[in-house]
Amino acid sequence: MSRMLAGESGEGTQIAAEMIAALAKIYDAEGFVPIVSAQIAGVSYKNIGEAGIEFLETMRKGGAKTRARATLNPCGLDLEAWRELGFQEQFYKDQKRALDAYQGLGIEMTCSCTPYLIGNAPGLGNHVAWSESSALSYANSVLGARTNREGGPSALAAAITGYTGNFGLHLDKERVPTVHVHVTCRVETYQDFGSLGLMLGKKLGQAVSFITGLQPGRCTRERLRQLGASMAASGAVALYHVDGATPEAQAFATKVASGEIPTRLIEVSSIDDVADVIPAGHGEEQATAVDLVFVGCPHASKEQALDILESLKGRELKADVWIAIARDVKREVLQHEALVEAMSPRVKLVSDTCIVVCPVDDLGYSSVATNSGKAYFYLKNNPKLAVAHRDTAACMDAAITGIVTVKRGRGS
Amino acid sequence: MARLKARVICSGNVSGEVLFTDKPLLIYTGIDTSTGKIVERGHPLNGKSVAGRVLVFPEAKGSTVGSWTLLQLKKNGVAPAAIVNQLCEPIVAIGTIMARIPCFDKVDIASIRDCKQLTIAGDEILIDENLK
Repeated sequence: MSRMLAGESGEGTQIAAEMIAALAKIYDAEGFVPIVSAQIAGVSYKNIGEAGIEFLETMRKGGAKTRARATLNPCGLDLEAWRELGFQEQFYKDQKRALDAYQGLGIEMTCSCTPYLIGNAPGLGNHVAWSESSALSYANSVLGARTNREGGPSALAAAITGYTGNFGLHLDKERVPTVHVHVTCRVETYQDFGSLGLMLGKKLGQAVSFITGLQPGRCTRERLRQLGASMAASGAVALYHVDGATPEAQAFATKVASGEIPTRLIEVSSIDDVADVIPAGHGEEQATAVDLVFVGCPHASKEQALDILESLKGRELKADVWIAIARDVKREVLQHEALVEAMSPRVKLVSDTCIVVCPVDDLGYSSVATNSGKAYFYLKNNPKLAVAHRDTAACMDAAITGIVTVKRGRGS
Repeated sequence: MARLKARVICSGNVSGEVLFTDKPLLIYTGIDTSTGKIVERGHPLNGKSVAGRVLVFPEAKGSTVGSWTLLQLKKNGVAPAAIVNQLCEPIVAIGTIMARIPCFDKVDIASIRDCKQLTIAGDEILIDENLK
């Protein structure tokens, strides 16, 4: 680091090193640790602008190149199917220039929020620098890797230097839970895990939690991913432990139970409140037309996508279905040719983007059903959209009937 | 002449007119990148421009995209001349280094509250009592 800070590796790398050193200084880091990988968010043209592109270009001309593997978050559109999905050409061109600038620095154009499904999956105890709240929560909690909540630029700087400051969640002592969440109600489906996450995020803020009362058999990776994504959306949760299900939980289980690790207790006896308030629409309970069913937030796994295609096989659909999915995972799904051929043209496997960052209302949709708590959380802020949060099966029913029953008004 | 010691986040010697607030500042969506005006609803500095000022506030808040916002302000020629924080957080630390905006923290900003003009040299903030 000291050589990079002194400019021995060129001006571009020097700027990145200064960024890492500044964060280390602010957080009183115990030196620096080498990272295994970086995940870089905030890549949409809308966020970084012309100034951002110019900055990335300057870095490249100054000799900056990634020293650690770096993958990229979703951008504002599908880079191959943008025209067919209704995106404007200017939007495509601007986004492409921003991505080219990242590529010039050696960053992989994965454009996905699930890097761990496409080869960037750090192991237990690996230090990484990830932005994208859902991905970093998964890396910390489910994979047992170690990252702070990085912003896009700090993850970029870590990728270029190969280092990050040794502070926060890189340290053992910061990974110890301070809150004990005990769940006494049934939390079983993908939607349930999202609803629980939305509820907990608000209560936890940045706190590390230890969650008991969930059946380990129900805690599939998909559902844990949804739990973490929703907690990180409504709160700032970067790490949680689930008793019997996540890799670091074992070390804390007896100490939390005995009080040796002091925790604040949060009891969850109902997530129905969340599910009940959450469905958003107009007026009292009523059947509402749905024009878009959205799944894949975070991006769908191969298994999730195949399950959905299976459930829609040969059906005529009254609403469009978007399955957001990493391009490499999409490729694997497309190998199931018979299933793909049996799907309605209204089903779209959408890559490189995400409903949270793409201008969905510009594409003419006004009423969305989603199985994702995180997607629900962000979409409900769009005043032009009605949004319902339903389990996967109910979402697929809505695609077939074009109808979802909504209760009460816009949820919290 | 009063002197305050600061911690240097991004170095640079500057002198300029002060724009002060004791409320945290929203950077991304809170500052108009084309005009430099603060547009955060309900903020005491709403409508004031940060352009060319020594901007003094406790800390930034909101999305980490704010780092890119500081870079855009710089490109558009409406960036602050310098930033002084009570305690700098990552949005401003990273953004000022990217945009080369001199930035300092660990300063008791209350002692700058009534100050119209500041000079920053190295890690020292000089307050001319006559200009208070």
